[in-house]
Amino acid sequence: MNGPFRLFRHTFRSSGLALFFCVLGAVALITTTPGAATGATAKDNYRTYCAQCHGVNGAGGGVNTESMNVQPRDHTDAEGMSAISDAQLRKAISEGGLAVSKSVLMPPWRSTFSDKELDALVEHLRVLCKCSG
Amino acid sequence: MTGGRTARAGLATVVFTVGLSMVLLLAGSTWAAPVSDGMAILKSRCFTCHAIKGPAATTLKSFSARKGPDLFYAGVKYNEEWLIKWLARPEPIRPAGFRYFKNTVVTDGADDAVDWDALKAHVALTEAEAESVAAALMTFRTYEEKIKKNALTEAPADAFMGEMNFDKFSGCLACHEIEPGYGGVTGPEVYTTGERLQPDFVYSYLKDPQSFDPKSFMPNKELGENFLQVLTKYMLSLEAPEPEDEEEGDD
Repeated sequence: MNGPFRLFRHTFRSSGLALFFCVLGAVALITTTPGAATGATAKDNYRTYCAQCHGVNGAGGGVNTESMNVQPRDHTDAEGMSAISDAQLRKAISEGGLAVSKSVLMPPWRSTFSDKELDALVEHLRVLCKCSG
Repeated sequence: MTGGRTARAGLATVVFTVGLSMVLLLAGSTWAAPVSDGMAILKSRCFTCHAIKGPAATTLKSFSARKGPDLFYAGVKYNEEWLIKWLARPEPIRPAGFRYFKNTVVTDGADDAVDWDALKAHVALTEAEAESVAAALMTFRTYEEKIKKNALTEAPADAFMGEMNFDKFSGCLACHEIEPGYGGVTGPEVYTTGERLQPDFVYSYLKDPQSFDPKSFMPNKELGENFLQVLTKYMLSLEAPEPEDEEEGDD
């Protein structure tokens, strides 16, 4: 009667320990993955929020641009983008175009994105322009 | 003789009571039926695309999975008459679809374009269904505490300053059309605002969109009180253009 139960208990102890480390590993992986807090990467956020004006590929030709009298910035323009510092880019996204003496058509996004998401978007812009600030 | 009178009086009482009960039952059923019928339709046919229970999506993944607007606060958002009309004869409200990014065509070297063929029309209900669903939706009053009551001042709408503000000062035109074909296509058109939405909702949503829909791609423009008043009144004052076949030409 006790035999199978003892075996089960033994197996449970060793596999339980393994399970514990697996969970610990998974938690560590999740918490260090960028954007994990919200489940959204900068690329996902760009595709959802920024692409409506800046375009899916970041070249400035989003679906909203036809009626705009000021065209959105081309994020793939290495020369233009390298003239802007990371801090200015972050300010433009967070506080909107007016905060950096640009168009009001660029709205402030600080109520939409967390600080981490804003940082990640600046990094994503550097990937799009293949440049540094 | 006395017994006969008593029997007649008793019969009359029974007839009166039964009659009254039937009238009350009938009145009760005609009043209560639309809401329960509408609720049944919402639960069987609408819930796959719309959230009829809160809360709103809090992750981009769940936000992107939504196929239609959240309805769990429809009773503090929409005008019932507009709901009845629209549900029977739905017209697109967001030109590029509810989630523009699912209907966008990307071509190298050219601007992104809306894939108009990818847009799906909303299901049309019968008049009776539309009335029932609208009645049921008006009972969905989550977020009532977020709505500022009687938010608008008595100062009238200023068409010129309103449009200036909407276009130049606040940049709303980037995403919203003020007439068909003029304005951005990713947000809802605003020329049916007055017919479609409750004034206090428009004001409260403009003030803090994320408190209603945290992942909305409508940003918080951090509008001051004066701008909120001007913009809300302007949007409410707009009207949808008459369909062309009903226009009277003066050649």
